Amino acid sequence: MTDKFPLRATFWRVVAGLILLAGVYALYVRVTEGLGAVSNLSDRFPWGLWVGFDVVTGVGLAAGGFTICAVAHIFNIHRYEPLTRPAILTAFLGYVTVIVSLLIDLGKPWNIWHPLIMGNYHSALFEVAMCVMFYTTILFFEFSSSAAAKYRHIKPVGVYHKLVNKLIVPIMIAGVVLSTLHQSSLGSLFLIVPTRMHPLWYSTWLPVWFYISAIAVGFSMVTFEAYMSSRGMDHKLKFSLLSEIMRITGVLLVILFFGKMVEFGIDGKFALLAVPETETYMWWLETIIGVFLPVVLIFSPKAKTSRTWLFVAATLTVFGFLFNRLNVSITSIAKSAGVSYFPSFMEASLTAMLVTLNIIAFVWISKHFDLFGHHAEEGAH
Amino acid sequence: MKPKGLLFDVNRCQGCGACYDACKKEFNNPVTSADFLKDRLSADSYTVVEEYGDIYMRRLCMHCEYPTCVSVCPVSAFEKTPEGPVVYDADACMGCRYCMQACPHMIPRYEWDSLAPRVQKCVMCHHRVVRGEETACAEACPSGATLFGDLEDLKKEAKRRLEAEPDRYYQHIYGLEEAGGCNVLLLSPIPFHQFAYDTALPKEPLETFTMAALEKVPGIVAFSSVFLGGMYWLTKRKNKIAREEREQNKAENDDR
Ligand code: SF4
Ligand code: SF4
Ligand code: SF4
Repeated sequence: MTDKFPLRATFWRVVAGLILLAGVYALYVRVTEGLGAVSNLSDRFPWGLWVGFDVVTGVGLAAGGFTICAVAHIFNIHRYEPLTRPAILTAFLGYVTVIVSLLIDLGKPWNIWHPLIMGNYHSALFEVAMCVMFYTTILFFEFSSSAAAKYRHIKPVGVYHKLVNKLIVPIMIAGVVLSTLHQSSLGSLFLIVPTRMHPLWYSTWLPVWFYISAIAVGFSMVTFEAYMSSRGMDHKLKFSLLSEIMRITGVLLVILFFGKMVEFGIDGKFALLAVPETETYMWWLETIIGVFLPVVLIFSPKAKTSRTWLFVAATLTVFGFLFNRLNVSITSIAKSAGVSYFPSFMEASLTAMLVTLNIIAFVWISKHFDLFGHHAEEGAH
Repeated sequence: MKPKGLLFDVNRCQGCGACYDACKKEFNNPVTSADFLKDRLSADSYTVVEEYGDIYMRRLCMHCEYPTCVSVCPVSAFEKTPEGPVVYDADACMGCRYCMQACPHMIPRYEWDSLAPRVQKCVMCHHRVVRGEETACAEACPSGATLFGDLEDLKKEAKRRLEAEPDRYYQHIYGLEEAGGCNVLLLSPIPFHQFAYDTALPKEPLETFTMAALEKVPGIVAFSSVFLGGMYWLTKRKNKIAREEREQNKAENDDR
């Protein structure tokens, strides 16, 4: 892509460079002066952008790894295999990013392994931590073994490749089980604050909503990336597959919406939808962007032929998801916290740095390992 | 040792700040405000006295019977001691701040400017309690507004006061039942939400809300493993049969 659009490429390089510069500076402040200096977090608002976006949203965006894997390798619908590699790579990079941002966010990151030996089965965060740890390991196996396929002829790599492939089915099943657990448990994190959270979002169904929306956004991310890569890297777009998973996404979004409406009906929360306050507007924003618009686009006849429509639908789903997660973790708590929170410039820079590094790594790896091409069809089998 | 507790009675508090000073002294905490009535809870102030017109309310950890902080901490850094106080182990803590996010009374505070930050809050002077002494704040209180003792005795005393002087007390003991009950009990002439104490808290411990979801985990693991394993086997077989049929058809066609 660099050759075709030298100017554009230079532009994005400069942008990326600036973001990284700001991020590195923020990291320096975080390490030398602590959380107070770098962030707008406070006693009243102990969780901010890093937890809300990097962790709670990031894990969801990486959900494509387990869903595509389940479809292609557990339900054995082999035509999905071309999508598995990019999906697994996205997931692996996503989870590594989550762990790195946790290292930044935790007050004492050197104790990050403590859940392993000091566990607490009553804590939703304990469950999330354990699942993320194990699942990242699994993603590493899944990705490294398919990457190793290329270098099979080198003896130790070949042995490793063979070994992982022998165990790949249980490994993948474990991956799906772990994902099911922690994608939903991210929602369970918030069950503990029934009186502090705004009722538009607080629900005993939160783990279920989190799970369904994670699957939907996982598919959307795969579509989003395939579109971006097919433009940037001239790969053939597997259009029919993508429009299939986007239709599943559409169905999931509809289920999610009606599920929430049933819950609203049972708990008598419909009146809240008309209360003129920030929370209500934010709820409508997430619902219109993340549910109504994508569903209309996905099921319109145009989506059957237009890559762009599909891409727009996927992008909207991703943004709606982002709004939802930030609303759950930040907007819904603001009133009871009694203070407002907006991330500091340095907080945002660190997040932007991680996202940028993620993209750079993805582009670099997809250049060196045939991600979308024919060889991908060998998959992890 | 029987579980201990604290009883604070707004009607008896003179707003002198002796508890505030005693707590600071007990833990060698630095001065944080020129006017103690304006100070708010922080990593250096485990308790504060707040002014509401001409009455005063204390704020400190409620030492819940089923502490939310204990239930959410992924590394078990918080502990409910048999003596009543809820204590914290900074060496175990990894600084996720879930305890701060989850505490229904918004009590835990963080050392935001430290490079090895700790969570800080009132520990009901656990070190003194195990020695058989009362808490520093109760000892310092000149008017008996802060009372230390066996929790059961304090509950009886609180009920006695509500009955003995019904028109001086709003008829509720805050901390008796909130989120499963607390080892700190509060009495006041006016409703507690006016002091920004959460009066909407359910009676059951908050961890029951989380556990309702988490207790499904073993079931989900068992079910989804079997389901996915079964699906793998089934779909693989289906594909194989389809392939064989195709080959057979092809063979038959070739024969003809
Ligand atoms: S008031 Fe908060 S910090 Fe104190 S014991 Fe209860 S949950 Fe823990
Ligand atoms: S901040 Fe520390 S004490 Fe609080 S929940 Fe996290 S690990 Fe536990
Ligand atoms: S019980 Fe001890 S730690 Fe708690 S407020 Fe009183 S003096 Fe401070």
